[in-house]
Amino acid sequence: MDQQPAPGRRNRLVLLLLLLPLVATLVPEFYNFDKPSIGGMPFFYWWQLLWIAGVAVCVGIVYLATRSTR
Amino acid sequence: MIPAFNGLEFGIVLGMFVVVAVIGFAATRWRRGTSLASLEEWGLGGRRFGTVVSWFLIGGDLYTAYTFVAVPALLFGVGAAGFFAVPYTIAVFPLVMFAAARMWSVCHEHGYATAADFVRGRHGSSILALLVAITGIVATMPYIALQLTGIRAVIETMGIGGDWPLWIAFVVLAAYTFTSGLRAPAMVAFVKDILIYVMVLVAVIYIPYKLGGYNVIFHGAQSALAAKGYSTLLSGSQYLGYTTLALGSALALFLYPHAVTGVLAARSRNVVKKNMSLLPAYSLMLGFIALLGYMALAAHVKPVGGTAAKPDTTTIVPVLFNDEFPHWFAGIAFGAIVIGALVPAAIMAIAAANTFARDIYKPYIRPAASDREEGLVSQIVSVLLKLGAVAVIVSLKLTFALEFQLIGGVIVIQILPSVVLGLYTRWYHRWALVAGWIAGMGLSVYMLYVTPSATTAHFGNASFALSTWGLHTKMTIWTGIVGVVANLVVATVLTPLLARLPRGNDETKPGDFGEAEAPPIPFGPGPVVSQT
Repeated sequence: MDQQPAPGRRNRLVLLLLLLPLVATLVPEFYNFDKPSIGGMPFFYWWQLLWIAGVAVCVGIVYLATRSTR
Repeated sequence: MIPAFNGLEFGIVLGMFVVVAVIGFAATRWRRGTSLASLEEWGLGGRRFGTVVSWFLIGGDLYTAYTFVAVPALLFGVGAAGFFAVPYTIAVFPLVMFAAARMWSVCHEHGYATAADFVRGRHGSSILALLVAITGIVATMPYIALQLTGIRAVIETMGIGGDWPLWIAFVVLAAYTFTSGLRAPAMVAFVKDILIYVMVLVAVIYIPYKLGGYNVIFHGAQSALAAKGYSTLLSGSQYLGYTTLALGSALALFLYPHAVTGVLAARSRNVVKKNMSLLPAYSLMLGFIALLGYMALAAHVKPVGGTAAKPDTTTIVPVLFNDEFPHWFAGIAFGAIVIGALVPAAIMAIAAANTFARDIYKPYIRPAASDREEGLVSQIVSVLLKLGAVAVIVSLKLTFALEFQLIGGVIVIQILPSVVLGLYTRWYHRWALVAGWIAGMGLSVYMLYVTPSATTAHFGNASFALSTWGLHTKMTIWTGIVGVVANLVVATVLTPLLARLPRGNDETKPGDFGEAEAPPIPFGPGPVVSQT
């Protein structure tokens, strides 16, 4: 990276990561299906369970990008 | 059918209860400051908890008997709609991450111990602070009662008659919370969570193995639900209810006094933010526990207790464990559920008691109260709250565990404009916020009042049928969302109209809310430049 973006701007873009888990899990139109199922578990269930890991990663990245240095 | 009493199960649960009580009393000595005799030390653990302790404390606090008992009961009863608990406990972390960090910073700076403390300092309105305090306490009481129904479900399943075990459990809990304060549930939470994780891990592997795999479980659940008119997938008319229930519950969760207490007890702002990415580990546990409801359907579990028309479905998880596990492991799992209910009940009682002592007793009853007296009042009130919860549960014989929590959420979300918007902007006028609270609360309580359940005419459910207002649809919406939107509209419209009335004094400064970071909501005051 030859050019560092201003910290404020970079933080703002990173914040978009917080929207991903919200959109992915609060809109049932995206996942209210039976197929594809995994090991007998319908898509509806494993998709939402998978986003638990997703939210941990997204929030974790935002934490690392915005944590206080004090 | 009353299940047979098993001495081994009872002995294991009793033994675990005794161990936890000993830990609870011993916690007095743990990382103690100069004295426990103040609200700061007794009720906030001296604000010294690091990442790990905070994780156990907040996790033990937010994932309660509701998780272990009420959510699987909901999937058992109504199918896919009950799974809202998973998107709820996903959405909460991105939504509250920055607000919780700002709350921690401003409360740390000014020594606020409750949300009402912050509202008084920020908006300069003692009436608004009183409303926030009362809202928090009233919303917490049914939540404490919900923990009791979790314990009672275990007691019923073990074949023990009478309410005496509930009284004993809560008297002992009240005693060690009185002496040790927030340190007791923080320490017990370690034991609780390790036990719960073991229990869940075993349950989600062993029970599907015994029943023949997840394929069999979902097919069995689907045919059992279809017979009652439900399904393992949502119907189109359930989407709105599912989304608003998950979103609204997520917005409400960190407004509860016990959640605020958990956040404020953290040592630093980073501890709070870091935990927002670590706490979803509990959501994973919740998701698998929720599926126990389907395992119970597939295993043809019959709930115990309740009436023939309205069986007590909160007992299905204990009954499932009783049927599928050997007695010794069922005993451990039961003990885990009991302890899992005691930890949050203790934190909730402490948080509500702190709110009473700090925001009602001190300003309205004894303005001259010393720190020591304030702490003592909080200790006594925490005991009274717990015993009151037992009395209510025992006398009313309430069985609808989850509805308690949903109605609590509808109430507590009405303080969102005062607290959360207050963290970002001083634009709102204090009297407009008061008026918004009255409008939102009034509308919500009215909507709850006109909602029947299968067995009652009023306060049946927190999901409001839009057909009540003449709309030709089967859709429902979470009552709290409608209430809080009305609340926000009234507060926003009235703020410019009330401009002539004096504004409250704001004792906070922009730099009190934390360091330079982008505001996560668009109308925030812009990046705050660090003063230091």
